[in-house]
Amino acid sequence: MSRGVALALEDVHRTFHSDVEGEVAALAGIDLAVAAGSFVALLGPSGCGKSTLLRLVAGLDSPERGVVRRSEATGRSDVAMVFQDAHLLPWRDVLANVALPLELLGRPRAEGRGLAAAALGQVGLRDALRRYPAELSGGMRMRVSLARALVTEPRLLLLDEPFAALDELTRMALDDELRRLWREAGLTVLFVTHSIAEAAYLAERVVVLSRRPARVVLDHAVALPAERGPALRAEPAFARELGVLQEALRRGAALA
Amino acid sequence: MTSTRLARVAPPVATFVVGVALAELVIRALDVSPLILPRPSAVLAAAVAESSALLPALGATARAVLGGLALASTLGIAAAVALAASPWIQRAFYPYAIFFQIVPIVAIAPLLVIWFGYGPRAVVAAAFVVSVFPVIANTLAGLLSVDPALRDLFRLHGASAPATLWKLRLPWALPYLLTGLRIAAGLAVIGAIVGEFVGGGGLGVIVLGAMRQQRTDLVFAAVGYASGLGLALFAAVGLASRLALRHWHVSERER
Repeated sequence: MSRGVALALEDVHRTFHSDVEGEVAALAGIDLAVAAGSFVALLGPSGCGKSTLLRLVAGLDSPERGVVRRSEATGRSDVAMVFQDAHLLPWRDVLANVALPLELLGRPRAEGRGLAAAALGQVGLRDALRRYPAELSGGMRMRVSLARALVTEPRLLLLDEPFAALDELTRMALDDELRRLWREAGLTVLFVTHSIAEAAYLAERVVVLSRRPARVVLDHAVALPAERGPALRAEPAFARELGVLQEALRRGAALA
Repeated sequence: MTSTRLARVAPPVATFVVGVALAELVIRALDVSPLILPRPSAVLAAAVAESSALLPALGATARAVLGGLALASTLGIAAAVALAASPWIQRAFYPYAIFFQIVPIVAIAPLLVIWFGYGPRAVVAAAFVVSVFPVIANTLAGLLSVDPALRDLFRLHGASAPATLWKLRLPWALPYLLTGLRIAAGLAVIGAIVGEFVGGGGLGVIVLGAMRQQRTDLVFAAVGYASGLGLALFAAVGLASRLALRHWHVSERER
C-alpha cells in the first residue's frame, strides 16, 4: 500500500516566553510523517505541547527551527480544525454556524447553506438547523463543530482533544461517528488526545509524546481491525493495545 | 400579566406607593415648609398644571440626550475598534479616553457653550462627553475578550480583517456594548441637564427658573420628568439587549 505523504514535520522546535516560567520549550525536535488518508492519534500528557503541534500543522503558528510541510495543502480550505469544546458562534443558528467557513472563503450564500445542510445531515443533525448553540447539548454542539469542519471538504482534519469534555457514552458515539466520517470522506486525520483508550480505538497509528518538551516516545501501528465497534473495547486485542500505549506514556513521563 | 411578572413588578411599585404616602404624611404632620420640601401631592399637581411647559421641555431634553447617545455610540464604537487594533495604540491613547470619565461636566459645560454657542448643540455635546466613556471602555473590553479558538478558526479559513470584525469581533462585543449603553443612557440625561443649565433650553432651564421663583414643587416636578426620561431610556436599552441577545447570551436567556 503506497500512499502519499500528507504531512511532514522535520526537527520542529517551538519555545514560548512566559513571564512566570521564562523560556518554555513546548516542542524539541519533532519528526513526524503522516500518510495521506491515514488516521493518526497524537497521545501525550496534558500540557505536553500537543496543541502547539496542531497549531503549527494548521499554519496558525510557525516553528523557530525545522519545517512543517503539508503536501496537499494548495489552499486554505484544505485544512479544517476542531477544537476542545465546540466553539460555535452563539449568535448564529446551527445552519449559519456550519456555513461560516464557506462564507469566509467567499462562496455564494445559497451554495453555502446547501452544503452546510448536507454536512449537518452527515452528523445526524438534519432536524436542528434552526436551533441556537445555547439550546443544544454538549454532544450536539460537538457534532455541529464536526459538521463545520467537514463542510469545506478538507483534505486534512485536525482535532484537538475534541471530545474531552463530553460524558463517556456521548464520547463513544462520537468516536464511532468520526471513524465512519473518516472512512467515507477519505481524509487524513490528526487527532490529539490524552486518552489512551480513545487513541487506540480511533487511530490506525498512535504517536506517543513525552511530557514537555514533547518528543516522540513511540510510533505505533495499531493492530486492530478496520471495522471497529463497541464490542471491540472488551476484547483482549484492545487491552493489549492499551497496555503498549500505557507503557509508552509512562516512559514519556519519566523522561526529563 | 403572568404571576411571575407580577411578582417582579409588584415589590418596587409597592415600595414607591408606600414611600410616597409616608412622605406625604410625615411632611403634613411636621408641617414642613413647601419651600424646603413640598408634599408629593403638590409636586404631582405642579407636574400636571405646568405640563404645557414641562412636556415641550422634556421633548427638547430627550432630543439632546438621544443625539448625545447616538454620537457616543458611533464615535465610542469607532474609538474602541481603533484602540483594539494594537496594544501600542491602546497604550498611547487609552489614558486620554479616560479624560471623558474624569472630566467634571459642570466645569466643562461653559466651555462647550463657548465652542458650540447657546442652544441644543452645546447640550448634545454635554450629553456626549459624559456618556462616551462607558461605550468605549465596554466595547473595548468586548473586542479584547474574543475567544482565541474562534480567532484561530477565522484565520484558518483566511478571513479578512473586515470580515473578522463584522462576523466575529463586533458581535462578540455586543453584550458588552449594550451594558455600556445602559450606563451611558443614565449619564447622558445628567449631561444634558447640566448642559441646559448653561446652554439653555429643556428641563434644565425649567429647574433653574423654578429655583429662582422658589417653586420647589416645580423643581421636583421637572426632576420627576427627567428621571422618567432616564428610566425610559434605561428600559429601552434593556429591551433592545433582550431582543438582540435572547438566543445566545447567558445574561438574557431564561428570563
